[in-house]
Amino acid sequence: MANIISDETIDYVGILAKLELSDEEKERAKKDMGNMLDYIDKLNELNTEGVEPMSHVFPVTNCFREDIVTNGDDREAMLQNAPDHKQGSYKVPRTVN
Amino acid sequence: MDITQLTALELGKKIRQREISVREAVLASQKKISEQEDSLHCYITLNTEAALMQADQIQKKIDDKTLTSPLAGVPVAIKDNICTKDILTTCASKILSNFIPPYSAEAYQNLEKQGAILLGKTNMDEFAMGSTTETSAFGVTKNPRDPNRVPGGSSGGSCAAVAADECFYALGSDTGGSIRQPSSFCGVTGIKPTYGTVSRYGLVAYGSSLDQIGPIAKDVTDCAVILEAIASYDPKDSTSVKRDSYDFTAGLVNDVKGLKIGLPNDYFGDGLDSEVKASILAAAKTLEAQGAILEEFDLGLVDYAIPAYYTIASAEASSNLARFDGVKYGYRTDDAEELHHMYKKSRSEGFGPEVKRRIMLGSFVLSSGYYDAYYLKALRTKALIKQAFDNAFDKYDIILGPAAPTTAPKFGELVSDPIKMYLSDIYTISTNLAGLPGISIPCGNDHAGLPIGVQMLAKCFDEKTLIRAAYSFEQTKERR
Repeated sequence: MANIISDETIDYVGILAKLELSDEEKERAKKDMGNMLDYIDKLNELNTEGVEPMSHVFPVTNCFREDIVTNGDDREAMLQNAPDHKQGSYKVPRTVN
Repeated sequence: MDITQLTALELGKKIRQREISVREAVLASQKKISEQEDSLHCYITLNTEAALMQADQIQKKIDDKTLTSPLAGVPVAIKDNICTKDILTTCASKILSNFIPPYSAEAYQNLEKQGAILLGKTNMDEFAMGSTTETSAFGVTKNPRDPNRVPGGSSGGSCAAVAADECFYALGSDTGGSIRQPSSFCGVTGIKPTYGTVSRYGLVAYGSSLDQIGPIAKDVTDCAVILEAIASYDPKDSTSVKRDSYDFTAGLVNDVKGLKIGLPNDYFGDGLDSEVKASILAAAKTLEAQGAILEEFDLGLVDYAIPAYYTIASAEASSNLARFDGVKYGYRTDDAEELHHMYKKSRSEGFGPEVKRRIMLGSFVLSSGYYDAYYLKALRTKALIKQAFDNAFDKYDIILGPAAPTTAPKFGELVSDPIKMYLSDIYTISTNLAGLPGISIPCGNDHAGLPIGVQMLAKCFDEKTLIRAAYSFEQTKERR
C-alpha cells in the first residue's frame, strides 16, 4: 500500500466530515482510504497538463431570478420534521457556556 | 389473465377502454406485493390505503375525460430518494428514517399530472451509494430471477419491483449506473437520460453533477413514454436544461438501416464474463442483420473512469450530506451535551459504513493540500473522458456494450470489497461523467438463466436515436 493514512490524518478528516469514529472504525477507515487513494493514484498516469478541470459537462451559468417569494409559508410543515422545536424555531442543545 | 404482467401502456389502454378499472389495477399490484414482499423486499414503504383513494379519484378524471394520458391510472413505484409529499422518504438511511417531505420532487409531480398511482417507495443502497442494494439500512432486496442473488444497485428495489410485477413501472436514479446495472441484473429496461433532462428538484442529492432520475419498465416503449412524462425544464433545478425536443416517443421506430454502431474494444476485454460477452456481441449482430453498420474502435480512458468518478462523487457527497446534522430533519442522537457533539454523534449513528467511507474520502480530496492533486485531477480526467466520447460520437450514432461485467452476483460477493464493488460499474460510470444518455435492455440469459443487459449510449440530447436503436433491437425478440 503506497498511501499510509496516519492517525492524525484520520482525526483531521473526522473533523472535516463531522464524524466520530470508534477505534475499530478508525483502523478500518485508514485501510479503506489508503486503498482508495492507491486506486485513485492511477490518474497520475494521465498527462492532464493544460486540460481545464470540468465541473459541468454543459456550459452552465448562475441562474438568477428576482428575489420574490414564490412558495408559501411552510414553517409548520417544515417544523414537523424537526427533532425538536420551540416557538416556531429549531431547538438544539447548548451552544455556548 | 394476470394483469400485473401487462406493460404500463397496455394497462393504461385497458383502463381507458374500461376493460380494467384503476382500483382493479391497484388491487392486483397490491396482491402481488403481499404475496411476494416477505421474500423479495422491494419496498421500504407501502402506500396501500392512499393508493386506493387515489385510484378512485383518478378513475373519475378518466371517466370524465379530464385525464387522457397513456399512464393515467397506472400504478408506479418510486425510489426512496425521490421526495413524495406526506410519504416517508428515507434514502434507505437511518438518518432519514423518519423524514416526511413537505413537498414532492418535480419528476413525481409530473407523473401525478399524468394520473399515476403511487404504490410505494422502493429499497435502494443508502443514499444511492452502492451497487447491490445491500447497503440499505432496512435490509436487502432479493433478485426476483434468483433470490440467492442481489438485484444490483443502487435502484435495486425499483428494478426488482418491475421484474417481479410488483408495479407496472418505476422511477430510479442513476449517478454512476444505478438504473442501468440493476436493470441488467433483473432483466428489465431502464434509461439514464442526458444530464439536465429530468429535474433534480426533490431528488435527495448524492453527486449533483452526475445524478439523473430515469424510468425503469418492462419495455422500451414504456420507458420512452415515461421519460416524456417526467422530463421538463425546471427553474428550481439550476442545472435543468431547456431542451429543443422532449418528443422521446418519436424514437419508437423500428429502423436501424445505416445506423453506425461503435463497439468499444475497451468494453470487451479482461473482466468481462464470457457468456455476457457472447450475448452482447449477438445483440450487436442482430442489429447488423437489420441494417446497422458495426465497427470496433478504441474508446480509451476506461480504466480511469472509476477513480475519477469516486473522487468527484465522494467530494460532492461530502458536501451534499453535510446538511444531515440532526437539526432540521431526520435522526438526532438522544445523547449529546452540546451542539457540536450533537452534530457528530447524530451523523456517526445515522450514516452506514459505505456512506461514511465516501464522506471521509470526499472530505479528504477536497481538503487543503490535496484539492489540486485529487479533486482537480479528477475534473481534468473528466474533461478527457468527455472528449473521448465526443470523438467517438463524431463517428458513431450509438455506442454498444455490456451494462455490467457479469450477471447478478450472490449476496456478499461484492459488498465485502469496496473496490470490487466499484468495478461492477465500469461500463456505466463514464456515461455519467460525460452527461450522456444510456439504456440497458435485456438481451439474453446466462447458463443459469440470469438476465444479461445490453447497454447502448448516444450523444447528449440524442435520446431519440438511443430509443430507436433500443426499440429496433427489442422488436427482434419475442416478449418474455
